[in-house]
Amino acid sequence: MRGGLASRLAQVIPTVILVSLLVFSLQQLMPGDPAAILAGEERGDPAVLAQIRTELYLDRSFPVQYLHWAGRALHGDLGYSWRTHQTVSSLIASKLPVTAQLALMAFAFALAIGVPAGVICAVKRDTAWDWLANGIGLAGLSTPNFWLGIMLILIVSVQLGWLPPSGYVPLAEDWRQSLATTVMPAFVLGNAIAAVLMRHTRSAMLTALDQDYVRTARAKGVGELAVILRHALRNALVPVITLAALELGTLLSGAVLTEQVFSIPGFGKLIVDAVFNRDYPVVQGVVLVTALLYVLLNLIADILYVLINPRLRVA
Amino acid sequence: MIRAALFAALLACLPGLAGAQTLRIGLREDPDILDPTLARTYVGRIVFAGLCDKLFDIDAGLKIVPMLATGYEWADPVTLVIHLRGDVSFQDGTKLDADAVKYSLMRHLTMQGSFRRSEINTIDHVDVVDPDTVRIVLKSPSSPFLSQLTDRAGMIVSPKAAEAAGKDFGLHPVCAGPFAFTERVANDHITAERFPGYWNAAAIHFDKVTWQTIVDPSVRVANLRAGALDLVESIVPSDVDQVKADKNLRIMTTDALGYQGITVNGANGPRANTPFGRDVRVRQAFELSLDRDAIIQVVYNGMFTPTVQAVPPLSPFYAPAIKPPARDVERAKALLKEAGVATPVKVEMLTANNGDIRQMGEVIQSMAAEAGFDVHLTNVEFASSLDQATRGDFELHLEAWSGRPDADGNLYTFLHTGGAANDGHYSNADVDSLLDQARAVSDVAQRRDLYTKMWTTLRRDLPIIYLYTPRVIEGMSAKLAGFTPVPDGLIRLTGVSLQK
Repeated sequence: MRGGLASRLAQVIPTVILVSLLVFSLQQLMPGDPAAILAGEERGDPAVLAQIRTELYLDRSFPVQYLHWAGRALHGDLGYSWRTHQTVSSLIASKLPVTAQLALMAFAFALAIGVPAGVICAVKRDTAWDWLANGIGLAGLSTPNFWLGIMLILIVSVQLGWLPPSGYVPLAEDWRQSLATTVMPAFVLGNAIAAVLMRHTRSAMLTALDQDYVRTARAKGVGELAVILRHALRNALVPVITLAALELGTLLSGAVLTEQVFSIPGFGKLIVDAVFNRDYPVVQGVVLVTALLYVLLNLIADILYVLINPRLRVA
Repeated sequence: MIRAALFAALLACLPGLAGAQTLRIGLREDPDILDPTLARTYVGRIVFAGLCDKLFDIDAGLKIVPMLATGYEWADPVTLVIHLRGDVSFQDGTKLDADAVKYSLMRHLTMQGSFRRSEINTIDHVDVVDPDTVRIVLKSPSSPFLSQLTDRAGMIVSPKAAEAAGKDFGLHPVCAGPFAFTERVANDHITAERFPGYWNAAAIHFDKVTWQTIVDPSVRVANLRAGALDLVESIVPSDVDQVKADKNLRIMTTDALGYQGITVNGANGPRANTPFGRDVRVRQAFELSLDRDAIIQVVYNGMFTPTVQAVPPLSPFYAPAIKPPARDVERAKALLKEAGVATPVKVEMLTANNGDIRQMGEVIQSMAAEAGFDVHLTNVEFASSLDQATRGDFELHLEAWSGRPDADGNLYTFLHTGGAANDGHYSNADVDSLLDQARAVSDVAQRRDLYTKMWTTLRRDLPIIYLYTPRVIEGMSAKLAGFTPVPDGLIRLTGVSLQK
């Protein structure tokens, strides 16, 4: 097992190098000259453009630019934002907890809605309940995040005045306000995933309910609720949990739009603004950290699989 | 006993509560660095209006009025003498005197990465006459120079704080404005607290100001309607009716400083070699095919002002006699025939990929089609469209300019031969000469005459087909009193208060 883990860890290094190279190359493909954007209304002045290029290493060759950046990144220095002059590491450190909170709450919503709805659909197969939940699920899947977000703001905040329309208050500052500002965006973000979880829970439950052990449990006189929750759902949840872990990616990409609509200063808003302003150090830093997070989560998942499933340990 | 103690405690809190008023302003995008020397964005200027006072300011009628200065005089055409208030302190407690003004001007001129240099590079040197008097000597006469001191180039920073912070000054700016910077959360908000030592403290009625970035226009309005914001700096015309219908809100508007126009590529690279680039009659026909009122009605709810000039109607440099021509499709067709070009005349128009600009492109496309033009729209993301325009990779470019208080800022760099923003490489000796002359005289009436003369040539050559002057549209709580919209769209906080 140790050998397997060591080789898995060794794979991480080339992956990270490849990711960093890719991140760095992608910015070169982005249209628009960053120097011209930074120069703003002085973009027509070649002296200003040259000055900006020299200052930001933009007049060097690609390998020199990359090595300069990678060398500093290795020491934890991701540079500073061209736009606001704040360090990229401080920006990331301040945004990551915001998106993490949003993602966790969205995930909680998705699980709380998706799994019970899936179970009800399976148990009440082909009844009005099933159709209703399916219909809601389909609507959830096909509703664009930004539209649902704006509708919620208009109804819940403007018409009813129940929740603040946008903005963010950190948990440490005021947890009540923090929950009040994140509950709507978390619902919007979790909504699409809830629909996916519901569909998968439904089909997994349908398969589980047809199994012999369920029939045996019923024959033994186990109550219907216990059959559903203890016997069928427990087995049905295994593939659902794997799927839920995969949906983490959807959460991060969904956060880009949701944060924009609700003005939540998280990772998604940071990267959107950085891309539009050609704030390359921020784009590079955010994409690199996101990629590293993915690699890390994958690694943890691999280790967990080995720990949970004894059959994998042999390999 | 306990009840009495609680009541006493509550009473003790009350004055604090009653006085602690916060003004919450919604911005359309996140400002860049908060250093007047290095800053570039428009929304950054709105934040500066609360943090950093300037030597001069402009009023609602675009007149230059003193701010940190008490007055000025031109000793000769190149020597400007500025008299300062003697009672101004920076937010770090140091005194604002002539040395500090010289320091800031030299910082704007010499700091690496300064974006103010091109605005004031006509300065030859600055002399400190006495603690309250500064003499600025220019390299050559420049009438627009004074107006530069009404914006970021006229902001005076604390020399002590600027020296200590160096390039990081913008992370914690210290100026002489009514509010002192306290906190910034990137992509979210900037907060400043009342500066008790402000020279005009009696006119300030808030303890705190928050500038909140909300990119989506509908969400900005929703925040205003829900009472989460008190003032929004930019309401899009399509949302105006919604705000007007809400009795708790109101709209204030005025002409903006800039314009929307179509730049013609006349001589910038091989793409200038089109019927548009070669023949003015084709441009004239194109202009006649457009109905400016209809464009404004369809895209901007009828809120903007049709124009053929680069300055707004309320500018002292506006020529009232020069009006937009009425749409005349038959005349347009005749002009195309006269030019001998094959119809439909194919032309590509570069536009930024924003909702309203794209929609305007489509309206223009269908109008021009009736006169014999086949307009192909190329929607490119904003930054890329600027890049393409500078390189000459365009035939027509639907482009907006945010505008400057002095007419020179809307004209010179766009129309003078070799001008930094003259993307179409327009070049006409008469226009160059008139623009140069207008820079050299300071009398407003004389300058207006020179510009008016220039319009005769520009109306014939049409290097830029001006379409309309936009309007500053600000939405606010009906409880907000004392606010005056100014054409530059900045939110000045003196005299503004929130009624209970």
